[in-house]
Amino acid sequence: MTIDNTNTNYAIELKGICKSFGTVKANDNIDLTVRFGEILALLGENGSGKTTLMNMLSGIYHPDGGSIYVDGNEVSIQSPEDAKRLGIGMVHQHFKLVDVMTAADNITLGGKGGLFVKKDRFKEIKELSEKYSFELDPEKLVMNMSVSEKQTVEILKLMYNGARILILDEPTAVLTPQETEKLFDILRNMKKEGCAIIIITHKLNEVMSISDRVTILHKGKSVQTVNTAETNPNELTELMVGHPMQLSIRRVECEKGENILHVHNLTLENSDGAEVIKKLSFDLYEGEILGVAGVAGSGQKELCEAIAGLYPIKKGAVLYRDMNIEGKTPREIIDLGISMSFIPEDRLGMGLAASLDIVDNMMLKTYRDKKGIFVDRVTAEELANKVVEELEVKTPDVHTPVRQLSGGNVQKVLLGREIAADPSVIITAYAVRGLDINSSYTIYDALNEQKERGVGVLFIGEDLDVMLELCDRIMVLCHGQCSGIVEAKETTKEYLGLLMTASVTEGENDEQ
Amino acid sequence: MNTIVNFMFAAIKAGTPLLFGTTGEIVTQKSGNMNLGVEGLMYMGAFGGFFIAYKTDNLFLAMISAALFGMLGALIYSFLVITLKANQNVTGLALTTFGTGFASFFGEMLIEGGSPKLSQKMTELLSEKPIPVLGEIPFIGKILFSHNILVYLAIVIALIVWAYMRFTRPGMKLKAVGENPAAADAMGINVDITKYVHTLIGGAICGMGGAYISLINGNGIWNNGCVNGQGWISVALVIFASWSSAKAIFGSLIFGAFTVFQVRANDFASEFAFLSFLSKIPNAIYVMLPFVITAGVLIVSSMRSGGSDQPASCGTNYYREER
Repeated sequence: MTIDNTNTNYAIELKGICKSFGTVKANDNIDLTVRFGEILALLGENGSGKTTLMNMLSGIYHPDGGSIYVDGNEVSIQSPEDAKRLGIGMVHQHFKLVDVMTAADNITLGGKGGLFVKKDRFKEIKELSEKYSFELDPEKLVMNMSVSEKQTVEILKLMYNGARILILDEPTAVLTPQETEKLFDILRNMKKEGCAIIIITHKLNEVMSISDRVTILHKGKSVQTVNTAETNPNELTELMVGHPMQLSIRRVECEKGENILHVHNLTLENSDGAEVIKKLSFDLYEGEILGVAGVAGSGQKELCEAIAGLYPIKKGAVLYRDMNIEGKTPREIIDLGISMSFIPEDRLGMGLAASLDIVDNMMLKTYRDKKGIFVDRVTAEELANKVVEELEVKTPDVHTPVRQLSGGNVQKVLLGREIAADPSVIITAYAVRGLDINSSYTIYDALNEQKERGVGVLFIGEDLDVMLELCDRIMVLCHGQCSGIVEAKETTKEYLGLLMTASVTEGENDEQ
Repeated sequence: MNTIVNFMFAAIKAGTPLLFGTTGEIVTQKSGNMNLGVEGLMYMGAFGGFFIAYKTDNLFLAMISAALFGMLGALIYSFLVITLKANQNVTGLALTTFGTGFASFFGEMLIEGGSPKLSQKMTELLSEKPIPVLGEIPFIGKILFSHNILVYLAIVIALIVWAYMRFTRPGMKLKAVGENPAAADAMGINVDITKYVHTLIGGAICGMGGAYISLINGNGIWNNGCVNGQGWISVALVIFASWSSAKAIFGSLIFGAFTVFQVRANDFASEFAFLSFLSKIPNAIYVMLPFVITAGVLIVSSMRSGGSDQPASCGTNYYREER
């Protein structure tokens, strides 16, 4: 495809796109346009159909109705190959890379080439990455890469295949602030080169800083398209959720209670014998939300699992009200009142059974409460209805398999069930991962409510803006070590970003 | 010394069908298909190869036929698993039963039509003869260069497969499909076709392994139960060889050695005084040995912590529209 800046055709024009999954209408009559040399932000609540829509452009799904025009011509995109041929490339929220291969192989394998693997592929990719001023070692295996590097590989892969229309699905969700800035510079460069870019994001400040226009989706319909320069975050939020909203997160001021969880010199080893958590010590108090920040894979998952009794403790101790929990089974730990809701990257991997409905998923925790051999579905159904109502879960009914719910609603079900167990410690990891504003606020409110009840909350998060507003203190993990615990009120995002990469370390003394 | 040379020679001879089976299964598993039906594929190939060799006296056609019968079995598997997304393990087990019955059914018809025996010409063609010059090297010549022609075929196929995986783009694409089909799909690689092609090629190679068993091990006479578990050993050997067909050459040699040990144990006992206890061990132990080792390999490899070399998606089917 040739790029012509005087080209008046839209790079992409969607007219009346529809797509349903079962009885759920993911996309309902959506219109959207994007020009070459333009960055369009696609904004919408969870389950509003953003990812579904983009998956149809990249050939993963096929629309039930409507038409797609690329550079003025009507096209039918049946497969990712078709999309590639049309110059459309998508960076998925979950990277699609082969871990055991090098960056260069991941980039070049889909392209044209002879029978044999090209010897100069590393040089070729090096040159390509320098052209767009990326930093990438083409011979590095993907499994050894940081999230940011993997994302670079994904973008380069598209450029290598000659993509001129780029779709990025929540590209900043896993990046540090510094990495995000770098990505935006790259995107601005590509825009200058004449690429059309669609970026899906929840973060309004990013929409404001990177996009030229914003298209807002609401409940599977395209509501409106506005020029970024002529709007503001409040208006965008209102369009997105359908009603005005207070944007700042409430931080409930509570009396700090007793020490409820004391982690002392905790060291954890993975199955290869590498230390994933090194001599970590911290305290969690009643009525406090302690944030845990860090680049993905800094040991957050292992820390959560160790506290929940799922990961063997190598050295050190985890004390719950002065009681060592080492050696206790996960069930005993739950009975103590420690509850974990871990939202893994694939959302369904831990905690919920995808093919069961909401009621049965509630029963996974409640089935023990009743004696005898028969299960008690009535109580579970009441609980399910309560969770659906209080956390505003969007579902046809409580008997829908959770697999069919959108990501945010799955998360609400999980968190709702954990809160219903009436815990005294809540460990929540990535509770708002990929969630829209409305759902996120429902979850923040739920956590604040728990905090007021005197619950200690360990909040493993990704979005530093949110953590700064919601948490009382923030602990930063870097390569399994604590690089600092700071008061949320007295720190900045940039400083946290530096701690995350351990460019600075917070001394023990200025902890308070 | 002669005992050792003879033993090594016999080990290679006995290891060759395992090498065919293992190479075939490596190609199959690299595409993400855990085909447990190797035993069945080998039975089908054994019959297909023997029948054509018996009818036409043409070794080339016989091997082609064995490959096609193996492919037929792999096609059944592929259709069920790739197109209909059936459970891989169940389908593989069903294929084993099917292939075993297939060979028995048609083999029985052969037997009833008069005792099926390969012609003089065929047995001559398949006999072991030293390669000129190389075969005359002391010891090595006997161990390595005095085999029947199919032994070399197996090694050549194993090396070609190894080079294919390592140096070619289709080989790399195959790896991508087996490791992460979603990533391969997003790259624009046709996942289903890649799986079909390689499962069929794998089936063809397994089928040739079956032909080796019926043509060479059977001494020219058809036997309904000829494969007798060697397909299963091949599946275990894939793990032992950590999904490399070059390593499989040595792996099959080791397993071949265990297989022939039962008939060679007495030779060792009489040749070396300190090994005389070998003749006192009941023969049943020796018959059991390869299978015990197979079980041992599976236990050790599943206990081994850390990264396995198994293609990450092996055993699971790929759905594009999954959510």
